[in-house]
Amino acid sequence: MNWEILGIWLGALVTFCLYSFLYRDNPFYKFAEHLFVGMSAGYWVIYNIENVLIPNWWQKMFPAEGGFSWIWVIPGIFALFMIARIVPKIASFSRLSLGMIIGAGAGLNMVSFFQTNALAQVKGTIFSLASDSVWSVFSSLVLVIGVVSGLVYFFFSKAHTGVVGKTANVGITILMVAFGASFGYTIMARLSLLIGRCQFLLEDWLPTIPRLLGFGG
Amino acid sequence: MRLIIPLAITFTAGMIMILNFFIPHQPFRLLGDNLQEWFMIVASGAIFLGAMNLMHVHSRKIKLKLKNWKYSPVTIIGFLLMLVTGLIYGVTEHRPFDYLFMNVVAPMGATMFSLLAFFVASAAFRAFRASNWRATLLLTSAFLVMLGQVPIGAMIWDKIPLAKVWLMSIPNTAGQRAVMIGAAMGVVSTSLRIIFGIERSYLGGTD
Repeated sequence: MNWEILGIWLGALVTFCLYSFLYRDNPFYKFAEHLFVGMSAGYWVIYNIENVLIPNWWQKMFPAEGGFSWIWVIPGIFALFMIARIVPKIASFSRLSLGMIIGAGAGLNMVSFFQTNALAQVKGTIFSLASDSVWSVFSSLVLVIGVVSGLVYFFFSKAHTGVVGKTANVGITILMVAFGASFGYTIMARLSLLIGRCQFLLEDWLPTIPRLLGFGG
Repeated sequence: MRLIIPLAITFTAGMIMILNFFIPHQPFRLLGDNLQEWFMIVASGAIFLGAMNLMHVHSRKIKLKLKNWKYSPVTIIGFLLMLVTGLIYGVTEHRPFDYLFMNVVAPMGATMFSLLAFFVASAAFRAFRASNWRATLLLTSAFLVMLGQVPIGAMIWDKIPLAKVWLMSIPNTAGQRAVMIGAAMGVVSTSLRIIFGIERSYLGGTD
């Protein structure tokens, strides 16, 4: 058995273990589930070291041209403060790190979310009436009415009665269609993953059995 | 002091990021750019904290022989396996870390998410009832999108894939946009509350 076949068998084994949950919770599923959690955590720690800490911290603190940049010691200390949370006696130091990442994250998200999720979306909703087809204008109108009425539905500072109530009702209708479409799309995305796993079992794993038994090439 | 210093750090960090955006000149640009990199480094500390906490939880489970403790060594061994192979052999292609990721972690991730297909479908079967016209609309919309995504949809009627594209690009976009704009307003107000120290639950109490 070479490394390639061993890899395929490992993949097939964990796939079967996880799918066994479709019958009911069992030790095989629990084994694979715990393995997944552990290996994923290990993967993200290494990913973090390789893609964040080495290029953004270590290589800046010790540049290739030599020397030592002391300023990069500060984020290192803050990162250590974060880990201090695990030691009850010095756990309060982690508040300093939390304060920093929450503050920087809040400042960064405030401007970036406002730009991408509010202004860009409003800009994308504005359309030109000088379009080439009636269908295009109709679709754009549905889009504008949908966005405005959807926003009215989410506006709770005014009671949903009268014109506001009627607009909110249109909003609910649009949101129902949107959620239905998103739901259908999500199911199909999950199904494509299922098809991918079935293809793996049928096209990659199954042909290895005769090879292992000495029937195939 | 245990509260004031973290709040002062939060305010300073938040204001630097905002000022960097509105006044993209020195010294705010330098401060903002550096703070973004510091942010990543400090946030990476949280990943280490999470991993250490995972090990702590499972070690404790083994020590106290809590429920399902027999599976905890699997988590610990899986974690150490990835950690050791990544640190010793590196993460480049055809190395043990890459081998384990491609043959064990990635298949498990795909299988886990594909399992959701069964649960979402069974939940939908129970929850989707054409009880009123809006529920019928939701059902029809989901059904058309699913049908438009596969070849059989076009075989039934060639307009079904077009209907799916229209549903996804117009009503779905409209609904998602309304949600996104609303969420953006929420993010702005919550961020301001955090920066000005009104929202301080992330510090875990007021002591």
